[in-house]
Amino acid sequence: MLTDNIKFTREELARYDRHIIIPDFGLEAQKKLKTAKVLVIGSGGLGSPVLLYLAAAGVGTIGIVDFDVVDDSNLQRQVLFGVDEIGKLKAEAARNRLEALNPYIDIVVHNTRLTSENALSIIRQYDVVADGTDNFPTRYLVNDACVLLDKPNVYASIFQFEGQVSVFNYVNQKGERGPNYRDLYPTPPPPGLVPSCAEGGVLGVLPGIIGSLQALEVIKVVTGVGELLNGRFYIFDALNFESRTFKIKRNPANPLNGTNPTIKELIDYEQFCGLKPNEKTAVKEITVSELYDWQIKGEPIQLIDVREPHEYDIVNIGAELIPLGTVSANADRIAKDRKVVIHCKVGGRSAKAVQELQDKFGFTNLYNLKGGILAYIDEVQPELTKY
Amino acid sequence: MATVIIPTPLRKFANNTAKLTINAASIQDIVNDLSFNYPDLKRHLLDEQGKIRSFVNVFVGDDDIRDLQNENTAVKEDSVISIVPAIAGGNL
Repeated sequence: MLTDNIKFTREELARYDRHIIIPDFGLEAQKKLKTAKVLVIGSGGLGSPVLLYLAAAGVGTIGIVDFDVVDDSNLQRQVLFGVDEIGKLKAEAARNRLEALNPYIDIVVHNTRLTSENALSIIRQYDVVADGTDNFPTRYLVNDACVLLDKPNVYASIFQFEGQVSVFNYVNQKGERGPNYRDLYPTPPPPGLVPSCAEGGVLGVLPGIIGSLQALEVIKVVTGVGELLNGRFYIFDALNFESRTFKIKRNPANPLNGTNPTIKELIDYEQFCGLKPNEKTAVKEITVSELYDWQIKGEPIQLIDVREPHEYDIVNIGAELIPLGTVSANADRIAKDRKVVIHCKVGGRSAKAVQELQDKFGFTNLYNLKGGILAYIDEVQPELTKY
Repeated sequence: MATVIIPTPLRKFANNTAKLTINAASIQDIVNDLSFNYPDLKRHLLDEQGKIRSFVNVFVGDDDIRDLQNENTAVKEDSVISIVPAIAGGNL
């Protein structure tokens, strides 16, 4: 990257003084930061610290991809946002905060969901990607797009008390390309097997720790300072305060850039992650208002809650409790002669339960409650506790 | 006895245990032991064919068993085995 023409104003030099005086960093690294274009995908738990630190550090152009709006349940960890931003678009709220933090950089907002249709055209505009997304289809989409476009992908992921960081698809000074996400995890878990943070939770400070490490690696990729995490995979266990760094290698069977590549363009990642079941076993969904209608009309329905007992203790809507892991063992408790509505917290685990019961036992009378108990509380019983 | 580190997402399937010591000569011995003692954990570790699932990585020390001898990778008395499943964050 040519940095000869990069100049700093007196205000910028003052601002970046503590970088510039580091012997191994200096003005040259600061110039590289100013020239760099970094795309941060997701401005939530991980994206918040990544964006704050990259903006503060003086990354010249920062792109933000997010389609979501700020929710009050975000504020426990998404430190970019405050109470005043609830209900606002995250990408816009993030831009306002970052422009206030550092007026000497450019913030580009991509107020959209990253898809197979738009990923290449968005990512192409940047030098480095920081993946702070929150679901498996987008993880594979970002990974594949970065490999196809030859961009380094600084990866971080969190769940409950555990964090992961790596640098994927990085070409070192010898010209050797490092592994990518598909080398580490060739296929995603089937839906429902691994709970998400929305259902399994995450300790608020964890994305702060892991996102800061992600920002660190972005800065190192951009400046060339230090030893990167490419070819290595870092994990942090906040409960035991233990961290480990593993060696990872490229897999010749990688369908993207192994010895016989079969993926040459972006694919349907929802389908790849098993989120689009075929029609025969498709999960039927009902909305909260449809369920409420049935309840008011006195339709004979069975309501089942597949959350865990401790969640049921926090709040329940009078359903029978059959935790997801035990639904098959309790299939005989589930009615076949009337409508059965299955719910969880937000709808993921209950969809898995419906699928499992349909596939294993041939149920045809099961309905997944869209949005789960949280949607029910919002629309029918707002006096109940949300968690 | 080799030490096996259970990741936080899977601890609830292993009596909330973070670390186990298992008498084993290979990764296969460890998988067999875990499957026998924690049937719920087995579903998360192994596919229908009894192979370690491709979204669950197993490391002996710093090395991925896929870069060694997979399930046949030898385990020593002082080996530390880490089980690291894929995690994606917020949503399904």
